Amino acid sequence: MAKGTIIRFDLSAPKIAAKAKAGQFVIVRVNETGERIPLTIADKDEFAGTITIIFQIVGKTTALMRSLKEGDLIRDVVGPLGRPAEVENLGTVVMVGGGTGVAILHHVAKAFKEAGNYVISIMGARDRELIILEREMAQISDELVITTDDGSYGQRGFVTDPLKKYLGERYDIKLVYAIGPIIMMKNIVKLTKQHQVKTLVSLNPIMIDGTGMCGGCRVKVNDQTMFCCVDGPDFDGFQVDFDELILRNSLYLKEEKDSLLFSIR
Amino acid sequence: MLDHDVKYLRFKSYLNTYCPHCQNSFNVDKKSHKQLEFKAVYEGQPIDLFLSPYLDVFEVEASIPLKKDDVLDDLICPHCNNSLIKKDIQCGECGSHVAYVTITAVSRLIPFFICTKYGCEWHGLTKKDERHIKLKIPRQNMPEQDQTLRVHNHQEVPYGYTSELALLEAGRCLQCKNPQCVTGCPVNVDIPVFVALVADGQFDAAAKKIKERNVFPAICGRVCPQENQCELKCILGVKDDPVAIGRLERFVADYERKMELVKIPMAAKNTGKKIAVIGSGPGGLTVASDMRQLGYSVTVFEALHELGGVLTYGIPEFRLPKSVVQFEIDYLKQLGVRFELNHVIGNIYTIDELLEHFDAVYIGVGAGLPMFMGVEGENLGNVFSANEYLTRMNLMKAYRFPEYDTPMPKGNRVAVIGGGNVAMDCARTAQRTGAQEVTIVYRRSRHELPARIEEVHHAEEEGIRFMLLTSPIRYIGTDSNRVKAMECIRMKLGEPDASGRRRPVPIEGSNFVQDCDMVIIAIGNGPNPVIFSSSPNLKRNKWGYIEYNPETMETSIENVYAGGDIVTGSATVIQAMGAGRIAANAMHAKLQSKK
Repeated sequence: MAKGTIIRFDLSAPKIAAKAKAGQFVIVRVNETGERIPLTIADKDEFAGTITIIFQIVGKTTALMRSLKEGDLIRDVVGPLGRPAEVENLGTVVMVGGGTGVAILHHVAKAFKEAGNYVISIMGARDRELIILEREMAQISDELVITTDDGSYGQRGFVTDPLKKYLGERYDIKLVYAIGPIIMMKNIVKLTKQHQVKTLVSLNPIMIDGTGMCGGCRVKVNDQTMFCCVDGPDFDGFQVDFDELILRNSLYLKEEKDSLLFSIR
Repeated sequence: MLDHDVKYLRFKSYLNTYCPHCQNSFNVDKKSHKQLEFKAVYEGQPIDLFLSPYLDVFEVEASIPLKKDDVLDDLICPHCNNSLIKKDIQCGECGSHVAYVTITAVSRLIPFFICTKYGCEWHGLTKKDERHIKLKIPRQNMPEQDQTLRVHNHQEVPYGYTSELALLEAGRCLQCKNPQCVTGCPVNVDIPVFVALVADGQFDAAAKKIKERNVFPAICGRVCPQENQCELKCILGVKDDPVAIGRLERFVADYERKMELVKIPMAAKNTGKKIAVIGSGPGGLTVASDMRQLGYSVTVFEALHELGGVLTYGIPEFRLPKSVVQFEIDYLKQLGVRFELNHVIGNIYTIDELLEHFDAVYIGVGAGLPMFMGVEGENLGNVFSANEYLTRMNLMKAYRFPEYDTPMPKGNRVAVIGGGNVAMDCARTAQRTGAQEVTIVYRRSRHELPARIEEVHHAEEEGIRFMLLTSPIRYIGTDSNRVKAMECIRMKLGEPDASGRRRPVPIEGSNFVQDCDMVIIAIGNGPNPVIFSSSPNLKRNKWGYIEYNPETMETSIENVYAGGDIVTGSATVIQAMGAGRIAANAMHAKLQSKK
């Protein structure tokens, strides 16, 4: 994995591994005082009974997870949660992933490839250090484009640039599947809307229980309130209210910082 | 004054008017208001005793001066001339056949317990007199935490009865021949018998009596809406206050727990059959307990990381201490029930898969999908569902943030939408986190508030404002998309609707804006879709709840039972337990006949 901030775990969870499908997630609570955080299943190995999660260190819980060593235990892992991605043979599909979103994209792209699609993958990151799963993605993609914001690797620019090119050149693209920062998904949807290409986005709002109980993860889709954990996480990108989602996801930034400071102290 | 004396009635009357051997009391003719004469023997000499029997004043005089604590050799009933002392039994203390009479000039005590052992009618009070006396005792209040102090902590508000209060309260029960209270109880606890045991001081036996029908009296005694169930039917309640059955239930359960008298019952011989229970809420735990005791091996699946369902994530610590819930769960563990945490049935296993490994399945997942009103601005920051708020606070212990990692939602002016128990819980929790003003916004009037009266009362004591006949129509956000105010409309009550309550009708043009920086929406829950998505053959009714046979609680899938909120919609803890009990009995009957 990329050094430092992006971490990969293989968790031994045979029951979940046996059931997990692409696009589903797990909720993890590291220790007794920990919070519950949703992490998408990036891969699974039914025979070894493991699931793979990939995360970036953004807050206290992920920082805490970084300190775990091989063989350590995580207090709670619950899953698989959410609806699996609807995978079918459509012809040509474009898979777009930004940042750690690629971790999830990999699982879904693999499923689309196995279903017989022509898979074009576009993955983006801030810089070279944050590119993950390049080899794995290359294996399952028919075409792979990598972009970095600073141009330190692959094309310079955002994932929307190659996407725009593809949409302009190829008229057989049936589906765009996007996952990554909300703002990225928002821009992708803006673009695909112009070309009227069906777009699925995988959302990752703030969640607590992950079973439809709290409603903390609600998103507005087609002017209706949906619960990401049981109705999603994949939604029709054209109908998602991204602005609201951005604001909802930034509600606890201050507390997040307080929590980190507390743990350092 | 009277209250004080009445409090110790039983003990004092024991000293005054009881034979220490047979514990029978002497009786007095109150109607005549005349002095009654007892024949007694004192130091070998026959003497006369006079009792002047006013209801409130009970005087004892003797023909020779007796001192306090003098011991009589014998005491004879003036009517049947039987000795009130059993000659063949000696006092364990002194070895003599004695009665013990304390002499006080005036004691405001009433002879209370009834002597019928000698077949002398006069020994006993008539039913009518007994009633008359009992009616004089007021319903006893539970001591509770001071209202100004308790809003600063999360500890339980009521302390519970002391044994004196419990004895007194239990003494109020008229022991009706045809007890209505039992019919009001969803699990038909034999209430008069347990209350009589309390009145007799046999607290442990009383707790065991309740447990024959209700596995978790400590929980039900705290959270049951008794005023709509057993206490509603109490005959005393017609003219006066009903017997505080719930408080007594709580007292005996706490007594049993604190005195470590809880015994793990022997499970019946293992039947070799296996039961899966989905959800570890009150209903699921009841099924688990019943079936385990009948000799089945039981596995309970829970989606969250802690057991107890709504008892753990929903009801706050100050109303139901988590140690009480934990105790009951430990009890089940010792009984041999297996628990599997973090298992979301529907995702990790489907019901069909469970049926491959288990002989029967019970679905007790509750109604866990919070409802929203669908008004503008509902997805603003700091607008929460009651479930989210309570889950953060209770399950994730956000009130101890940052020691616990889950952030605590904070607000200075908090509005809670809804008038049920959950709304009260949210409001009182918010008050405890230091909110300056907490308002309950409810669209009907005070009379229709669905919350328990006790909870409304507690909330008011703690300074929570009630804004009745009001409904929010829009939430207004700040630039950073957090709620800063809400627009409300006043309501009036119109014609009664299907539920029999008068329908609230908005008053045109009565809109006003109320400032608030946090909103908690507590207007109820719907069925969670997770379990259905994997079991399309599980039939649902038009509200989306599971269809079931009310006699057996069996669903459209054979050997799959369901009960609690997932079949009825949001209801109470005890109703879920009642459903669990019916299902357990039906399951047992069916599995037994299958042999």
